[in-house]
Amino acid sequence: MSIGQAISRLDGSRKVTGRAKYTADVEVEGALHAVLVPSTVPSGTIAAIDAAPAEDAPGVVRVFTHLNTPKLAEMTNPPAGQTIMPLQGDRIFYEGQPVAMVIADTLERATEAARRVQVTYRNEPFATDFIAGLDRAEARPLFGLPPDSSVGDIEAALSGTNVRVESVYGTADRHHNPMEPAAVTALWQDGRLEVYDAVQGVVDTRNTLALALQMEPQNIRVRNDFVGGGFGCKGWLWPHEVLAALAARELSRPVKLVLTRAQSYTSHGYQPASRQTVTLAARSDGALTGIRHQSVLAGSLSGDHVEPSGWGTPALYASPATQATHRVVRLNRGNPTPMRAPLEGVGLIAVEIAMDELAYELGIDPLALRLRNYTEIDPAEGKPFSSKKLRECYAEGARRFGWSSRTVEPRSMRDGRNLIGQGMATALFRTFRSPAKVRIGLDQSGEVLIETSTQEIGTGVYTIFPQIAADVLQMPVERVSLSLGDTNLPESPMNAGSRATLSTGSAVQDAAAKLKAKLAEAGATTPDGYAEAVARQGVDRIEAEGDWTPPEEATHAMYSFGAIFAEVGVDEDIPIPRVRRVVGVYNAGRIINPKTARSQMTGGVVWGIGQALLEKSEMDQQHGRFLSKNLAGYLVPVNADVPEIDVSFVDDFDEHVGPLGARGIGELGAIGVGAAIANAVFHATGIRVREVPIRPEHLLAMAQSSY
Amino acid sequence: MQSFTYARASALPDVLAAISQPGGIILAGGTELLNWMKEGIVAPERLVDINGISGLDRIETADRGLRIGALARMSDVAGHEAVARDYPVIAEALLKSASQQIRNMASMGGNLMQRTRCPYFRAEIELPCNKRRPGSGCSALAGEDRGMAIFGWSEACLATHPSDVAVALAALDAVVQVASSHGARDIPFLDFHRLPDDAPERETVLEPGEVITAIEVPASPAARRSHYLKIRERASYEFALVSAAVGLELEGSEISDVRIALGGMAAKPWRLSAAEQALHGIAISDAAALRRAVDGAFGDARPRRHNGFKVELVKRAIVRALQTAGDIA
Ligand SMILES: Cc1cc2nc3c(=O)[nH]c(=O)nc-3n(C[C@H](O)[C@H](O)[C@H](O)COP(=O)(O)OP(=O)(O)OC[C@H]3O[C@@H](n4cnc5c(N)ncnc54)[C@H](O)[C@@H]3O)c2cc1C
Ligand code: SF4
Repeated sequence: MSIGQAISRLDGSRKVTGRAKYTADVEVEGALHAVLVPSTVPSGTIAAIDAAPAEDAPGVVRVFTHLNTPKLAEMTNPPAGQTIMPLQGDRIFYEGQPVAMVIADTLERATEAARRVQVTYRNEPFATDFIAGLDRAEARPLFGLPPDSSVGDIEAALSGTNVRVESVYGTADRHHNPMEPAAVTALWQDGRLEVYDAVQGVVDTRNTLALALQMEPQNIRVRNDFVGGGFGCKGWLWPHEVLAALAARELSRPVKLVLTRAQSYTSHGYQPASRQTVTLAARSDGALTGIRHQSVLAGSLSGDHVEPSGWGTPALYASPATQATHRVVRLNRGNPTPMRAPLEGVGLIAVEIAMDELAYELGIDPLALRLRNYTEIDPAEGKPFSSKKLRECYAEGARRFGWSSRTVEPRSMRDGRNLIGQGMATALFRTFRSPAKVRIGLDQSGEVLIETSTQEIGTGVYTIFPQIAADVLQMPVERVSLSLGDTNLPESPMNAGSRATLSTGSAVQDAAAKLKAKLAEAGATTPDGYAEAVARQGVDRIEAEGDWTPPEEATHAMYSFGAIFAEVGVDEDIPIPRVRRVVGVYNAGRIINPKTARSQMTGGVVWGIGQALLEKSEMDQQHGRFLSKNLAGYLVPVNADVPEIDVSFVDDFDEHVGPLGARGIGELGAIGVGAAIANAVFHATGIRVREVPIRPEHLLAMAQSSY
Repeated sequence: MQSFTYARASALPDVLAAISQPGGIILAGGTELLNWMKEGIVAPERLVDINGISGLDRIETADRGLRIGALARMSDVAGHEAVARDYPVIAEALLKSASQQIRNMASMGGNLMQRTRCPYFRAEIELPCNKRRPGSGCSALAGEDRGMAIFGWSEACLATHPSDVAVALAALDAVVQVASSHGARDIPFLDFHRLPDDAPERETVLEPGEVITAIEVPASPAARRSHYLKIRERASYEFALVSAAVGLELEGSEISDVRIALGGMAAKPWRLSAAEQALHGIAISDAAALRRAVDGAFGDARPRRHNGFKVELVKRAIVRALQTAGDIA
C-alpha cells in the first residue's frame, strides 16, 4: 500500500540540485526577447506613442504598440484574467497595462529599448481608492451567478433574537508573489504554436490562447515541467502570454518573455481588498438564528472578477437563516483574481472573528459556540456533507493545543512582558472537481509511466500520482514516474481550487486499474510477472487509458474542514503580535501522502500568518498605482515569523467525493489562520482589531502600557 | 544603453584620483549601488571598485577606542569579539540589519551611504521625488507617509535614513574619517548626515571626491553598557519602523551618563539630547520617571497623517532599551 505513506518528494533532488527546469530556464535556439512597456497612468488615452527611438536601438526587431498589433478576439473573464486585451486600442484602464512590447535579440537590448519608447498620455480622472468608492458599490454577477444568496428569512431572524453582534471587517489587497516570475517562450512553426508557459493549467491556457488568437486549439501546444508557485496568479490567461504568442506568430521566430518582479504586481491579478459586514444573531444558549454576511470587494474596470468571499458562509453553521451578498467597487486597477485562499480565505476572516465576538458577548467558550452550532447537513443546499469529521478536528486540535487550560478573560495570560493570547477558528473550503484523463503504460523493464497534462506547482503531484498508481499495481513507487505539463498528453484540469489530487488522481487510479486488468489478461497476475507479460506480447509497453468525470448531480455537499488554534505573544509595551504556535487539524477525506500534505498545510498556515500580520499592497491614490512593487515593500513572513506549526489530519474515506476518497487540501491550509490569530490578539490584549493585517498602530492606540 | 566603465583600484590614491572627476562612483559591497543602477536611480559613468585596497577593512581596538575601516564587512564587525564586548550596541545593530548574506558583502562605509527606503524614491519608474530629481516634488507629502520622518523633515522631503548601525554610531559620538585628493578630515557623526531642508538630494556632508576611510568610536562606560532595540513588524530581514540605540553609565542605580539616538525618525540618526540631560540622576528602575524625561524631549516632533503612532512607539522603545541596558528589563 503506497497510498497513505509519507513518501518524500520523488522530484526533490532535482529541485534542490537545480536540475528541475522551470519555464524561464528553457533555452530555445535563436529566441528573441520581449520586454513590455507598462502604462504609467491609471486612466486616459495614449495621445502619442513614439516607437522610433526604440526601433532604432541596437538589436531591436520589432516594437508592437496599439497602432500595429493585430486584432485579438474579445474575451470574457474568466477564462481570460481580464476582459481588456493588450495593445488593442489607445484607452488606458489601469496603471501597468501594456502599451508597447519591444522585441530584440537579447534581454538587455530589449530592456534598454523598452525604456526608450516615448508615450504621451492624455490623463483622465481615475478612481483607485476602494474605501472612497464604497458608496458606489455595484451588484454584479460572480462567475455568472447572482451576487446574493439566502436561506430562510434573514430579516425575521435578525430582528427577533436575544443576542446580536454586528461589525465591519476589512482585508487588504494582497499579491501572490510566487518565487518564479511569470515566464513564456513561444515558438511559431508552420501555422502551429508551441508555448512553454509557467501556468497552473496548460489545457486551459491552450484553449484560451486559441480563443484570443482565433486559432484552433489543436494547433497550439502548451507545456511546462515545473511551476515555481502560482497561488492563483498563473491560472487564467493574462496579457503577457497572449503578447508573447502573438509576437512569435507575427515574427515567425521564438520569443521569450519573463515578467520583472515589478511587473508582476500589475500583470496577473491580486487578492482584492474587502469590507465585510457580518451580523450574527443567536439565542442566549448560543444557537445561531441568523448569519448575514455582506461583502464589498475591490474590483476593476478591466475585468469582471468579484471575489466570492461569502460563498462558504452558509455551509458553516446550523443557522436557520443565512444571507450572503456581494458588491463590487470597480476601479482603475488591474483585475483581481483568485489567490490562495480565495472565497473562504477572504470571507472567514470576517465571519470567524465575528463568531469570537459572539462567544464573548454570550459568555460561551469560542470552541463550545462552534460545537453548539455544528451541522451535519449543509444548510444552504439541504444536503448532507459527503463526509465531515470537523467535530473530531475540534477535539483533536483542542487536545494538542491545550485549549482547556486557556483562561477566558482577555489579558489574563502572560509570559514575562508578553501578553499571551489564544484564539481559534473554523476552516472550511468547498470542493471543486473536474474531469480528467490519464494514460499509463508499463514497459519491458517493468517501469511505469503515467502521462497526463497536469502541472507540478509545488504541491507534490510528481509523488502522489505515482503513489496512487503504485498502490493499484502493488509496485514500489520508485518504479513509477509521471510525465506532465503538456497539452499533447491526456487532458487533466488546472491546478486550482485544490482539485488536482481528487480529479486527476481518480483518473490515475482508473488508468492503473485498467492497466492491471490488461496485464492480467496478458498473464501477469502478480507484479513480478508484469515485465515478462509485456515481453511475451512482443510489444514495447502495455498501455491503458483511464478517466474520471464527476457526476453531474451531487447528492452531497462537499467541503474540506479544519480547526485552527493559534497562540500569540504581544509585548505589553511594544505591541507587535508574534505568533508562538499554531495547531491545525484538518479533515479532507483520505490523505494520499501525509508528508506532502503536511507541507501543503504548513505552507498554508504561513500564508495565513502573512495575511493576519504582514501582507498589504499599499495603493498610492495620487498616482493610482500599487506603491511598492518589490519584496522589500511588500512583507511576506520570513522564517523568524514562523513558529512551530503542528499539522495533523483526521483521516477518513470520503466515498461520495470520488473513488480515491480524498478531497482537496491546498487552499484549506491558508483558511481560518487569519481569524484564529486575530482572535488570539484580542484574547492577549483585550483589543478587537477587525482589520488585517493587524499592525502596531491598531494596538498602540488602545493598549495600556506599563510606561 | 547606459554604459559605464569598471576599474579595480589597488591603492587609495588611485581611488581618490579616479573619483576626483565627475561621473565616478565608489563600488564597495555593491548591495546598494547595483540596485540603484538597476532601478535607474543613478547612472554613473565609472565604477571604482575599492575592494582590492588592502587594510581598508581593518578593525582595530585600543583602550581609547575602536577604529573600523570603511571596507570592513558588516558581518566581520558584528562578529568581532571586542566590538561585541565593549560596544554591544554596534554589534546588535549590525546583527539586526539585512540578512547574513548581505552583511557578508556590505561594507561599513557603504552602510552609512545607503539611501532612504521611501517607496516613491525606490519605485521602478521615476515618480515625483526631490531626491530622485531635485525640484520634481515630494510624492509622500500627500501620499503614503506611514514610514516617514517625525523630526527634521521639510516640505521638500519626509524620508528617513534606514541604517541601523548609523544610529548606534550616533549614540556613541563616533567620528567619520574621510579623505580626498586634497587631504583628510574628521566629521563628527552627528554632522555627517544632513536634514533635507531644501536640498534633500544631498544626504551627507561628504564633498564630491571624498571617500570614507574609517569610522572611529571612542571607548566609554556608556558604550560598554549599551543596547540597540529595533522595532519592526516582520521579525527579521526588515528595516526598522523605529529603533533606539542607548548607552548608559550608572552610579548605583542612578543614571550618571546616557546617550540616546533614534532610528526611523528623521533623515539622520536622531540624537535625543534633551532627554539625555533630563535623565541624569533618575533611577533606572523607575519606568514612569524615565518615560517623563523622554516625553519632554519630543517638543520638535511633527507627526504627519499616518505616522503619529511612531511617536508613542519610539518612546516606549527608549524606556525599554534603557532598562534593558540597565539589566532590569
Ligand atoms: C535587502 C536589503 C536589506 C537591507 N536591510 C538593512 C537593514 O535592515 N539595516 C541596515 O542598516 N541596512 C540594510 N540594508 C542596507 C545595507 O546595509 C547596505 O546596502 C550596505 O551597507 C551598503 O554597503 P555596500 O558596501 O554594499 O555599499 P555599495 O552598494 O557598494 O555602495 C553604496 C554607496 O556607498 C558609496 N560608498 C561605498 N563605500 C564608500 C566609501 N568608503 N566612501 C564613500 N562612499 C562609499 C558608494 O559609492 C555608493 O554610493 C539592506 C540592504 C538590502 C539590499
Ligand atoms: S519623502 Fe523624500 S524620498 Fe520620498 S518622495 Fe518625498 S522627496 Fe522623495
